[in-house]
Amino acid sequence: MNEQADIIFTDEQAQLLEIAETFTADKSPMDAVRRQLEADDAIEAGLWRQIADLGWLGIAIPEEYGGSGLGLGEVVTIVEPMGRKLFSSPLISTTLAAQMILLGGSDEQKSQWLPQLAGGTVAALAVTEAHGDWDLSNLTCAAERKDGNLVLSGGKTFVTDAMLADLFLVSVSLDGEPALVIVEAANLGPGALRREIVIDESRRSHALNLNGLSVPMDNLLPAANLHRLHLAACLLYAAEMCGGMAGVINVTLDYLTTRRQFDHFIGAYQALKHPMVDALVGLEQARSQLYHAATVFDMAEGRGEVAVRMAKAQAADAFAFASDRAIQFHGAFGFTHECDAQLYRRRALWCEQQYGDGAHHRKHLAGLLLD
Amino acid sequence: MNISASELDEFRAEAAAWFSANKPADPGFLLPQSFMEVGTDAQFEFLRAWQNKVYAAGYLGLAWPAEFGGGGKDQVFQDIATAEMVRQNVPFMTNTIGLSWAGPLILNMGTEAQKQAYIKRILSAEDIWCQGFSEPDHGSDLGNAQLRATRDGDEFVLNGSKIWTSLGAYADYIILLARTDTQTNTKYEGLSYFLAPMKIEGVDPAPIKKLTGEHGFTQTFFNDARISESCLIGAEGAGWQVAMKTLTFERAVSGGQAGGVHSMPVSAWEVVQLARQAMRDGRPAIEDPLVRDQLVGFLMEERGMALNNSRAKIPGLIAERPASIALSRKLVGSEWRRRLNQFAVTLQGANASRYVGDGAVMDRGRWQRGYFNAFSGTIGGGTSQIQKNIVGERVLGLPKQD
Ligand SMILES: Cc1cc2nc3c(=O)[nH]c(=O)nc-3n(C[C@H](O)[C@H](O)[C@H](O)COP(=O)(O)OP(=O)(O)OC[C@H]3O[C@@H](n4cnc5c(N)ncnc54)[C@H](O)[C@@H]3O)c2cc1C
Repeated sequence: MNEQADIIFTDEQAQLLEIAETFTADKSPMDAVRRQLEADDAIEAGLWRQIADLGWLGIAIPEEYGGSGLGLGEVVTIVEPMGRKLFSSPLISTTLAAQMILLGGSDEQKSQWLPQLAGGTVAALAVTEAHGDWDLSNLTCAAERKDGNLVLSGGKTFVTDAMLADLFLVSVSLDGEPALVIVEAANLGPGALRREIVIDESRRSHALNLNGLSVPMDNLLPAANLHRLHLAACLLYAAEMCGGMAGVINVTLDYLTTRRQFDHFIGAYQALKHPMVDALVGLEQARSQLYHAATVFDMAEGRGEVAVRMAKAQAADAFAFASDRAIQFHGAFGFTHECDAQLYRRRALWCEQQYGDGAHHRKHLAGLLLD
Repeated sequence: MNISASELDEFRAEAAAWFSANKPADPGFLLPQSFMEVGTDAQFEFLRAWQNKVYAAGYLGLAWPAEFGGGGKDQVFQDIATAEMVRQNVPFMTNTIGLSWAGPLILNMGTEAQKQAYIKRILSAEDIWCQGFSEPDHGSDLGNAQLRATRDGDEFVLNGSKIWTSLGAYADYIILLARTDTQTNTKYEGLSYFLAPMKIEGVDPAPIKKLTGEHGFTQTFFNDARISESCLIGAEGAGWQVAMKTLTFERAVSGGQAGGVHSMPVSAWEVVQLARQAMRDGRPAIEDPLVRDQLVGFLMEERGMALNNSRAKIPGLIAERPASIALSRKLVGSEWRRRLNQFAVTLQGANASRYVGDGAVMDRGRWQRGYFNAFSGTIGGGTSQIQKNIVGERVLGLPKQD
């Protein structure tokens, strides 16, 4: 146990974290978040451009493909501050798509797509289906070979930032095995995307109809490691949740130190103070699990998987608690759309329910740790 | 100080070899689970001899100054020795109050004479220390302590009583918070802090039976006990500040402790073992989904606490609230320990109803006894509720309740 308890935090990570904190504080104040709730897209094109120019989309892409050759542990330091400011962007999906192409793509696919993704081309992930199962290998979507092409069938759900995407990474079953296929936005017919109404109003999510879509065989990734994709997604979601938790704790503290009832600031009452300490303790543990997972992620099949699942489970439960109490501790103001507590609560629910909640990951951890 | 990795490896190997060769055999009687539970002479003598041996071998107080009996080395050496004690699950150091609270305090602000007189004998366990803070009517509200210390020339005369004095029956010295002035503006100003002898006329520790049925602490009565003014540490009237400093050592918020373990280590992995033996519906309990979920939860917390300690050393990852992990460590650790023991009790099914001494009790009843004893951590040293006030106010900046 003790030798596992390590966190390595590099100078690069420290710098990225600092820059990302400044950047998100500047670009994503609450009024900007709220303005964006009404917009067609989750993020303004100009802001996305700035993110690309900062090099953040290429962090985990090797230098030979136009990235900076670091890893997902460094991406964590960008995503965490974004979560804190309720930033919404295709950074996670674009990063994950790039990782899948890097790990399982052909040389041609890598040279074609990775430099583009590092440079600001948006990729969307189409890996979940209407049944809502967190098991990414539970696939009803299929691909069949026909005349040198792949013909797809079925539908995908929760495809975020689909309208901004130039490519989609789609999971299908091919010859009974999971496979990943690149679908270019240009190939989608009219009506292939249908907007979904989702609980986190800062997200833009679509259902993707694949029926009859034909893509060249060259778009098939030679290898598809959906398990790895799942864990990578959990790592980045854990980062987003840790950021969100820190954000919502501060929002609540602001209220507890300014609102007065019975001649006292309400934060003096232990019925509010003590649960806030519980929320803080939950955050501290989640952050420690997160940065440990970021440290060992590359050992994904053993230690890395345990660490990532623990990070996701801890963050999901702790963020749920902190954001739930945030609503309650604002009184009736917490019941309003105007109060920021609900924004975090919605974000927490989204992040918890994507890629597995706490109980789900504990179940898998039980298999890894107890058998 | 520049220490090479090979030097550390060598030291680690030496320590590992020494503890494995010298780890005491099972004494044949139940050992206490922490320094707060030392209740019989046999337990006490066994643990005192063990601490003395560890110190003589050079594995305790390694980072304390050599001139007072310490090892004069970098802290990293003590950390290695302590880690080895944990790894090899050796008995704990019984003079905790000396090693972890009084010792660091004396080194931090004691006089040269006090350091010369006490430090080495704390390490060797020749002098056992106890703590006289709590009183029958004033526990959490420590600042209200009323035991009187009345000046008489160059002496003070002590009257009143302290309670819940761990090791009170064995101690040679007591760190004592007493009221030297009753006419002050605030309750805090009239307090002074003494390093006082226990084995003198007028000091009478009376054992109290704990909820486990064992002994462990005393009510300590003071009737016209006379001590020299040289027992003062800090200025007369400045006792509250000294007490607060003591608590930072006690709660491990400040470093400088002599090292070693101070309670029987407990790990959720041991409860995993227990779950393999306990039964549910005709199968080992470890196959029960609800049991598995809880076990994983405890394992996660155990790892989270260890990882918190790693992260607390990385300034870039604790920038927003640097004191958060340190100030919540006692709260988190002691509550986890209590819940884990409680879970391990109920895990045993109907056998959870057995207790220490029963021939068929699982794991010699350690979980039942451990659950009761775990409240020492959630009450002693400031209750969990008080810890939450502290974290809420000092870390989160929430207002005090008046
Ligand atoms: C095993 C053990 C060993 C000990 N060893 C020592 C020792 O060696 N030396 C020594 O001096 N003391 C020792 N103590 C005493 C310990 O420090 C006190 O018990 C503790 O500070 C609480 O004081 P109390 O028992 O008087 O409880 P009280 O202060 O009366 O508290 C009763 C309950 O009220 C709660 N409470 C009190 N005030 C507040 C508040 N402001 N907000 C919310 N809740 C509150 C408490 O959390 C507790 O649940 C020991 C205690 C134990 C259990």
